[in-house]
Amino acid sequence: MNLGTIERQEFAESVAGSDLVTVVGGKTQWDVGGTIDPNARVISAPVGIYDYTPSEMTLRCGAGTTVGEIQDTLGEHAQMLPVNAERGSTIGGILAVGRSGIRRLRYGAVRDYLLESWHADHEGKLVKSGGPTIKNVSGYDLCRLLVGSLGTLGFLAEVTVRSLPIPPCSRWMTGVCDPFDLQSKLYRPSCILWNGNQVWVLLEGHPVDVEREANITGLSECSGPPVLPSAGRLSLRPKLLRELPQMYKQDWLAEIGVGLVHLSEPIKNDQSSLSAVTVMRDIKIRLDPTGRLNPGREVF
Amino acid sequence: MSSKRKRTIFDELKVLLGSRTRADEMELQLYGKDSSVLSGVPSTVCFPVNVEEVQGIVSICNRFQRPFIARGSGTGLAGGAVPIGNPVIISTAKMNKVLEIDLEDRIAWVEPGVLNLDLSKALSEFGFHFAPDPSSQQVCSIGGNVANNSGGPHCLAYGVTTSHVLAAEVVLPNAEVVTLGGIDPEPKGYDLRGLFIGSEGTMGIATKVAVRLTPNPPDVRTLLLDFADVSDGALAVSAIINAGIIPAALEMMDHNAIGIVEAFVHAGYPVEAAAVLLVELDGLSGGVEAAVQTINDVAKIHNAGSVRVAKDETERALLWKGRKNAFGAVARIKPDYYLHDTVVPRSKLVEVLNQVYQIADKYELIAINVFHAGDGNLHPILAYDAREPGILERVHSAGDEIIKASMEAGGVLSGEHGIGLEKRDFMHLLFSAHDMFTQDLVREAFDPQGLANPMKVLPSGSRCSDSFKQNLPEGVWV
Repeated sequence: MNLGTIERQEFAESVAGSDLVTVVGGKTQWDVGGTIDPNARVISAPVGIYDYTPSEMTLRCGAGTTVGEIQDTLGEHAQMLPVNAERGSTIGGILAVGRSGIRRLRYGAVRDYLLESWHADHEGKLVKSGGPTIKNVSGYDLCRLLVGSLGTLGFLAEVTVRSLPIPPCSRWMTGVCDPFDLQSKLYRPSCILWNGNQVWVLLEGHPVDVEREANITGLSECSGPPVLPSAGRLSLRPKLLRELPQMYKQDWLAEIGVGLVHLSEPIKNDQSSLSAVTVMRDIKIRLDPTGRLNPGREVF
Repeated sequence: MSSKRKRTIFDELKVLLGSRTRADEMELQLYGKDSSVLSGVPSTVCFPVNVEEVQGIVSICNRFQRPFIARGSGTGLAGGAVPIGNPVIISTAKMNKVLEIDLEDRIAWVEPGVLNLDLSKALSEFGFHFAPDPSSQQVCSIGGNVANNSGGPHCLAYGVTTSHVLAAEVVLPNAEVVTLGGIDPEPKGYDLRGLFIGSEGTMGIATKVAVRLTPNPPDVRTLLLDFADVSDGALAVSAIINAGIIPAALEMMDHNAIGIVEAFVHAGYPVEAAAVLLVELDGLSGGVEAAVQTINDVAKIHNAGSVRVAKDETERALLWKGRKNAFGAVARIKPDYYLHDTVVPRSKLVEVLNQVYQIADKYELIAINVFHAGDGNLHPILAYDAREPGILERVHSAGDEIIKASMEAGGVLSGEHGIGLEKRDFMHLLFSAHDMFTQDLVREAFDPQGLANPMKVLPSGSRCSDSFKQNLPEGVWV
């Protein structure tokens, strides 16, 4: 029997019942999506790395495994998961919340790193989605539906994620310049942050290329990015970031080319209209008819 | 007949679209097939030019409770566009405009009928391209790419369609128009965009697609490695990945393929080799140079006969021409071929390839292997002559065994062609009944009446509303 089979089965059984239930990871993003009903029974997902073959660039583990443990394991083979989460975050939590790290500009969204998942449904039954290979179009892509669903459709028990090689060289540069102009001059930088005045850029790759690109920036090397403000978060189409200095008086840090803004104060819930809300509601009702999974969390 | 006779669905569609609603016998036959070996018969073929017309067609289909199938270029290989249940075909061929190229947001809004290669051509003057590049890219449409979550050789480094489509305007099966996903990085709600991509037209029809623009790499190097033993070639694939390199593409062709391709394109492929690897490296020049060096080292360790580096764009194009036209070149040895598509772990490539050869021998067929080795995506081609009595049964039996061998090696049913009709009854090899039931629940949230491309992806029985199964056309192999 494969490693992890018993663990995921036991986890699913622990979900079964008719009571309210919530799954907790590292609690590093616990506030996202609203407060969990205090009556919900708290469970946690299996922990442990079950399978890792560096030449496959895939790793299978319990959803409760911490990012620290995953990065350490991958790191022994010069690989990584391109998320910038706290070491105590669990992979299940990161996927359920669905927020990508600050290197999204180069590495893409975190949803693209989940290849296969086993989740416990509202009846405590296991459901497998996706496949363990890095390419797969077999069946509906429920993996992507689960990413960012805040555990409202099912609880991740086990995941297979794809890894990437750690770039041989990484350098942060900072200074004052036009970040949009900077983006157009560089070939696939990993991250560009801007606070309306100062710019931080992460260059990764072969040392020769990083050196050359660093010279193009004309900025000075620094130890890393500033701490991201975390009280508010805004998702905008990338070109709208130009207007941020006129929009906000508070401190903010924007991910250029991506469109995310990290704010120092909470913002009012945006009232933008949401398309296809009927389908979303219907999916929730079908997959969790009694609303017992993560009650209190709102995705839309 | 009374002039007050009840209007048929055809009459209604004719009122909506005029001469762009057709039901001539020739046309119906043509649209009864895609690029698989399966076929069916549609009732009507419609050619809408905008979202309102697509919405109108879907409304009429709802009123008459008639299934409908969106169709791009018909290049699908899994029967996804084959009509079941006397459906209305909604061709996106006349919705073929690039609507907007936004270099600041690095996206383009395109209509679904835009051809994959035409999009990249339209972007080239700005230094960008659309990364997914299926072998059929000269003729396949973006809408079809979305439906099948298409891949291509360059998806090893860049990812498949879902990583390159940010949003889509979709006519849902109840004729409501919605936008799934968004241009901003974290659109609210569930990721219905991700669910829709690869749903093979069973969740609605995309009428407008926002694609991500990928910057053209400043440096590209294409290498051809040849091996006297297929195993060495496959081991070299893993060794390259192990060395921390993700090539832009990492393709393999076996001896049979090399011979056929060389006779067709005259690219100087080594016809005596057991296998060749076509490796493309791209990015900034420092990294590319270093990777070329690493691949030379890997080539030595794994007994490559030679490493040929394309010296210019012409030579590079010629090497790729061989790879991209390999399927067509099969016609030099047999008039027909059946192209399979499974994925196995890279470490199982040799094992499964050997099984493919054994299976082909057993059924007295010729197996030709041209595939995306870097991501373990096998594409065994079984070449045959359809005029030979009983041959299709042999081809199908061999295909079944190849699929099963891939599953046993820990693989998946399809890497990029989709499930369609061809593989829906193999889904149980990968998923439990409860897995499929859950997938079906989600599909029904989009299409409770089961009108959008029915009978595809999931086997009969997973879905309560499978009301069209009596209409399976003759010869459909499911």
